[in-house]
Amino acid sequence: MHKLLTLCSCLILVVFAGCSQPPQPSNKILLWHWMTDRDGTFQKLAQQYQKETGVEVTIQLFAPSDSYSQKIIAAAQANVLPDIYGILDKKFIVADFIKAGLVTDLTDEMNANDTAWAKSLFDKALADNRFEAGNTYGIKPGIYGVPIDVTNEQMLYNKKLLAKAGITTVPRTYKEFIMDSQALKRVGITPFVSGWGELWMLNCFSSNYAFNIMGEEKVFATYRGQVKYTDPDWIKVLKIFADLRDKGVLIDGIVTKGNKYAEQDFALERAAFAFNGSWCVNVYHDMNPNLDYGVFSPAPISTEYPLKIWGGAGSSFVVNAGSPNKDKAIAFLKWLTAKKQQVVLARETNNLPSNREALSAVSVILAEFSMGMDQSTHPSIWPVNEDPLVLEAFEKGIQAIIIGEKTPEQVGQDVQKVKDRQMAAKRN
Amino acid sequence: MTNETIFVDKAIIPQHLNFNNFAIAWTKGNFAVYFFNSAIYTVCVVLGIVLIASLAAFAFSRLKFPGKDIIFYMFVAAMMIPLPGSFVALFVLMNKLHLTNTRFGYILCMINVGLSMSILLLKTFFDKMPRELEDAARIDGCGKISIWWHVALPLARPAIAVIVIFNSLSVWNEYILATLLLGDSQLMPLQRGLMVFQGANSTDYPVLMAGLTMAAIPIIVVYLCMQKHIVKGLSSGSVVG
Amino acid sequence: MNSKAKAQAIFKDNLQSFFFILPAFAIFCVFYIYPFLNMIFLSFHEWRGIGPMHFIGLQNYKELMGDNLWWDSMVHAGYITLIALTFQNALAFALALACDREIRMKRFYRVVFFIPPVLSEVVVGLVWNWILNPEMQNGQNIGFLNHLLYTSGFPQMVHNWLGDPKTALTVIAIVHSWKGFGWGFIMLLAGLQTIDKQFYEAAKVDGANAWETFTNVTIPMMLPVITVVVILTILGSMQVFVLILSMVNEGLVNHTDVPVTRILSSMTETNRFGYACAEAVIFGMILVGVSFIMKKLSDKVKQA
Repeated sequence: MHKLLTLCSCLILVVFAGCSQPPQPSNKILLWHWMTDRDGTFQKLAQQYQKETGVEVTIQLFAPSDSYSQKIIAAAQANVLPDIYGILDKKFIVADFIKAGLVTDLTDEMNANDTAWAKSLFDKALADNRFEAGNTYGIKPGIYGVPIDVTNEQMLYNKKLLAKAGITTVPRTYKEFIMDSQALKRVGITPFVSGWGELWMLNCFSSNYAFNIMGEEKVFATYRGQVKYTDPDWIKVLKIFADLRDKGVLIDGIVTKGNKYAEQDFALERAAFAFNGSWCVNVYHDMNPNLDYGVFSPAPISTEYPLKIWGGAGSSFVVNAGSPNKDKAIAFLKWLTAKKQQVVLARETNNLPSNREALSAVSVILAEFSMGMDQSTHPSIWPVNEDPLVLEAFEKGIQAIIIGEKTPEQVGQDVQKVKDRQMAAKRN
Repeated sequence: MTNETIFVDKAIIPQHLNFNNFAIAWTKGNFAVYFFNSAIYTVCVVLGIVLIASLAAFAFSRLKFPGKDIIFYMFVAAMMIPLPGSFVALFVLMNKLHLTNTRFGYILCMINVGLSMSILLLKTFFDKMPRELEDAARIDGCGKISIWWHVALPLARPAIAVIVIFNSLSVWNEYILATLLLGDSQLMPLQRGLMVFQGANSTDYPVLMAGLTMAAIPIIVVYLCMQKHIVKGLSSGSVVG
Repeated sequence: MNSKAKAQAIFKDNLQSFFFILPAFAIFCVFYIYPFLNMIFLSFHEWRGIGPMHFIGLQNYKELMGDNLWWDSMVHAGYITLIALTFQNALAFALALACDREIRMKRFYRVVFFIPPVLSEVVVGLVWNWILNPEMQNGQNIGFLNHLLYTSGFPQMVHNWLGDPKTALTVIAIVHSWKGFGWGFIMLLAGLQTIDKQFYEAAKVDGANAWETFTNVTIPMMLPVITVVVILTILGSMQVFVLILSMVNEGLVNHTDVPVTRILSSMTETNRFGYACAEAVIFGMILVGVSFIMKKLSDKVKQA
């Protein structure tokens, strides 16, 4: 019994012992990231950086990204964020981090020396990290993050399978896309695969066509509550999915397919077209090095407005505003996004570099992807974003259309109901 | 086995084994460190749970003290209620106690995770224990602690074996709490090593499979050792009697 | 002994007894109670995980009461639990009974049955995705199950098992049972092993047949263990989610949602921590209620 008592008191002592110290400036910086595939390259670059400058950069990996997000949020509450980290979340969460004083404003650094740093990076990637004047989040305009790579989502085609169906050029319009798909079907080839079990991919594909059919102003007006989801234009967007289903374009089981499995299907030549992001180059290479494929922009259905694709910063880092080593952290990120390091990252990890001068180092297929950056857009640069609950209803609604449970009209009404409820809740 | 053979053969079972993958998994996944860490965590947590849970379960089953039932039901209820928002609270708490990024803090948290279920299971088995043995021990002048140690624990051997297996498996496969609470990769458990092969986008299946196989071996060994006790429970109990 | 000394002795006895549960109680208080109270506190707030909290009283709970998706998800979890309780536990009990007897190769079975629980979720996801794959390539079924159905003469049964709302949840429940029956098996086996063989011999002397021995000796002796297995099955099945994520990702519309996936989606998809906490509180209360009823039921059976 006495032993137990001693044990317990020891335990309690240990638990409550210790006292906190304020952070001191030092020659060490700490970076938390979530990119499993890049950890090795990061570690190597950090060693090189220490040799060059004497600053020790500790790189710590936390995967998968869900756990990483949890850790960042928890560490923010406890105020123990590292010098450099990334916020893998929606723009309004980034805004909350900024408001809580956890993110350094990098505008001055970016604009120093005639905007040298800002100029070296892709505009679209920087735009993701920028808060414009008069933004709805109430954040002081400026640049708050550093993009280390860029990405966009486009269509891919398997050259061998298209040739088998006698198709010589990639479809330029939606109509051609459907015709090609039917030609593929006739020779027993599944036309299209994508990881639509992951809802954001579905959202990405549908918003491409929403922009194409009604133009961005009308899309944003819908998000503001001025246009209804029962509007004929939105029904047109939803009808695309009913059409893709009716024409047999979609691979079986697409609504529950994770992107990993969708990538596997395309790499194994089980489908001729795929919709995927630029990271897929690395993935396909791992699964099937002999895959012969190309990139094209999703085929527009209307000529009234341009079709926009999603794209922008792939991953971005921010600097902790409470860090005593802010300057050293910024210097490291500057070094990391310089041409030389970006070439290393692009070569070793097959990602599109955020530094445009490093673009010469990428493979042919990645270069094809990079051409899409001009027509790219992203929710994080839109002036207004849809309420997440409405988006969820919209994405689930598309799934319901694909499995034949609901008509596009029904889904439009259902989504509008959720929208009305959320608008009413906001007003209260 | 390479990535291609996995996909092209459409099979999970490889047609030709490539032992090189095990070597790659071991070095690339930094398994030497992670295996050691996971072994420490598993041993400490399982020992801790068996001791703490069996003491508590013995008290709940055999001893009388005020508030017994309420506290017991509290433990059982705790098992039922998921704590989704608790990561933030737990991290803030651990940080205040200076237990983030320490082995000790992680071990305490993991003991907490397995405690309720172990207490419930052990109490059930203690309830079934014949009272005669206990009475005999008491007449021989044994105190509560020695009845717990000499009578209750040996009799509950099958249940303890189940608890050891259950908690070993859960600690061995845990990584969410580890990601949250630990920072230094020198402290990370085995699952962190396996994460390296499952990138956000690409997965190196052959090496992952090799890693998963290696990771599963210790658990299977634990199970093989423990299942003997599950089956021999009765005979070993009668030795005490 | 006077009454004061007696009271003192009782107090000392209680104190001693309390020391048995002290370590468990201490850990529990520090690592459970604080996060738990924090969760209840958050459930009365609107909070995005970061930034300011707004106290909104019972608003989250009010919204939850009218949230059809949430109550549907509860029904789905109930359905999975029902299948696990009947199918999985019947299987586990039957196999435990078999391995408790003198049968050939029982050592082998004891190991084999425990393989599914040991498998990591990654492997389970991979294996079942391969088995249930609904795709065709060059006129052949890629998925093992559909291929088997086709070649063994049931081409009309070839089906998109996970893509059809009518079958998806059942398939998930079956895979869940497959992964989980090993636990029930070893717990029940452990329970069977602690039954004194004398009872069986006594029953034999009384001339009881196998069925009578089973109902009059095995079942009553096993009742406490069965209760625990049932409670743990309810718990494990109601809280299943990793398996669902690995099989259908973010779900087949809302037909495969369960409470835990709803809670996760409230936290990560829609950034509503307060609402997620309210969901967890309600979910926990329902589970506690169900387990309490189970316990009362088994007590009643015991008395009867």
